Amino acid sequence: MQTGQPLVEIRGLTMAYDDFVIQRDLDFAIDRGEIFIVMGISGCGKTTLLRHLVGLKSPAKGKVLYDAESFWSADPERRQQMMRRFGVMYQNGALWSSMTLAENVSLPLEVYTDLSRSEIREVAFFKLALVGLAGFGDFHPSEVSGGMQKRVGVARAMALDPDILYFDEPSAGLDPISARRLDDLIRELRDSLGITMVIVTHELDSIFAIADRTLFLDPDTRTMLAIGPPAELRDNSPDPKIRQFLNRGRL
Amino acid sequence: MPAADKIDLNRLPNGELLIRLSGRWTLAEGVPAIESVRTECEGVAPPSCVTFDTQAITDWDSALPTFLGGLLDHFARRGIDTDRSGLREGVRRLLDLAAAVPETGIEVEPAGGSWVTRFGLAAIRRGKSAAESIGFLGEIAIALLRLAAGRAQFRASDFTLAVQQCGAEAVGIVTLVSFLVGLILAFIGAIQLQQFGAQIFVADLVGLGMAREMGAMMTAIIMAGRTGASFAAQLGTMTVNEEIDALKTLGISPTEFLVLPRLLALMLMMPLLCLYADVMGIVGGAVVGVGMLDLGLVSYFDETRSALSFADFGAGLIKAVVYGSLVAVSGCLRGMQCGRSASAVGAATTSAVVTSIVLIVIASGIINVIDHILG
Ligand SMILES: Nc1ncnc2c1ncn2[C@@H]1O[C@H](COP(=O)(O)OP(=O)(O)OP(=O)(O)O)[C@@H](O)[C@H]1O
Ligand SMILES: [Mg+2]
Repeated sequence: MQTGQPLVEIRGLTMAYDDFVIQRDLDFAIDRGEIFIVMGISGCGKTTLLRHLVGLKSPAKGKVLYDAESFWSADPERRQQMMRRFGVMYQNGALWSSMTLAENVSLPLEVYTDLSRSEIREVAFFKLALVGLAGFGDFHPSEVSGGMQKRVGVARAMALDPDILYFDEPSAGLDPISARRLDDLIRELRDSLGITMVIVTHELDSIFAIADRTLFLDPDTRTMLAIGPPAELRDNSPDPKIRQFLNRGRL
Repeated sequence: MPAADKIDLNRLPNGELLIRLSGRWTLAEGVPAIESVRTECEGVAPPSCVTFDTQAITDWDSALPTFLGGLLDHFARRGIDTDRSGLREGVRRLLDLAAAVPETGIEVEPAGGSWVTRFGLAAIRRGKSAAESIGFLGEIAIALLRLAAGRAQFRASDFTLAVQQCGAEAVGIVTLVSFLVGLILAFIGAIQLQQFGAQIFVADLVGLGMAREMGAMMTAIIMAGRTGASFAAQLGTMTVNEEIDALKTLGISPTEFLVLPRLLALMLMMPLLCLYADVMGIVGGAVVGVGMLDLGLVSYFDETRSALSFADFGAGLIKAVVYGSLVAVSGCLRGMQCGRSASAVGAATTSAVVTSIVLIVIASGIINVIDHILG
């Protein structure tokens, strides 16, 4: 691909559940290798935005482009191929409850690679170790804590070393140390493997630590208020809402 | 203390309303209705301003701000000024917090509406649901084609687990029910046939009844309540947990991965269970024949054997396969259509059982008519 071409482009996107518009006229692009953060007040439509980007909900209006190719107007087969390029971590983990943690991480590998059983197991255990869960491979999701389930969700999302990782609030519910480790992991994945990261989070510490740019969605005006590097937004944004958000509610 | 004693309304000469509150304001005492104050303001001359005096309150918890919040809302709507300086600091801060985020959200249409509206909405929902069901059948057809081409993706362990759940684990209840059904059939037949001295034909009645009809039907109804419901609950919970979404974004078809193994397992196990139920039913009949009608065990089974042909069992087995697929498809369909809440899972389960049983009875009718026409 030619450089300079953004990896993901969102053009004039309007998101709605039936007649209830969540966000309208979103227009931005995510660059290759960027750590892109989506933030906003609870209920403003961050998860909904991710659902549009990963193919779970079709836009009411507007387009999502991957490498300049329209995602939603592609035929389903082509869309499937495009979907293979990304990994998704869901807000509630969404682990397959009938499988062990290792099997959860292995399934994408079983389906899309020709690795042997033992190789797959090895990779799965390595990915689990990356998120600090070495030795928990044979547990079932119901046997580990909520924060651990989240981390398995992260491990599963990156099982196939995708081009883009979508994380929905990866560090919510984690203790500060695990959250910090997750930040390190996110930065490391980007630096070493060049994975583009799109992350929904409210954790100001992580936002300032890892974000290249952040997008701010506003539930009142129902559209995006600002986009840019977080420190710059905090200090120079003309909009008090954004400064307030980035300063923990203080103006 | 009755509510009226805790609230004291004073009209001041300058037209203001002074609300004096006293006593205990705790949830254990209840939250007084704001009606009494409201009627005071509806009067000829609404107060120009409302002030508060809360010095005499001895004890309070969230009952107090709840009451005051309702009251202040009411005054604000009627355009009456309020002066909050008489409220305690803590109460004032709580009220401010509660008012910090203005009420927003979806203007949800009231659930009621005229009956025409409700009728129309229900019809639209039905239409949507029917279209979804047809789409789901199409997806299953595609999944079966991919299976035939050897390209379907599902885990063998899911299949064996489903086989275990709808096979081995169902044997106990199938045994009990089919044995009793055979017994009941024999009993009903015995009373009639004894009058003509034709007791031995009880064996024919039970054999044919079980093999052609009741074996498959009873097994199917047991499976609808047992396995169909559990399919719906499993898939419904997976929908709630976003597990289905996780499969979709991975490019795995949930129909292939989750529905296919369950459908195949039930289609495979239903005929086996049905055969087993036939045999148990015949045994049940024999108990009545031998115990009540004094028929010999050997002659009972001889009569049964001469009455039954393979075609009779065949008819029952075909029905079993059809019923099995109906149960599996309705269970999985309702599970996949499930909404995103725990109560939706309950509704999906109920609906799966109802759908299966209705479909089983309809299918039974259709198959019997076809059978009759073909001779
Ligand atoms: N299935 C649905 N049907 C109708 N409305 C929905 C549905 N899902 C979400 N919403 C509405 O969409 C809005 C955005 O929801 P969303 O889950 O995207 O919020 P969010 O920004 O991810 O919030 P949080 O930070 O709390 O996770 C909410 O107001 C919610 O009421
Ligand atoms: Mg969310």
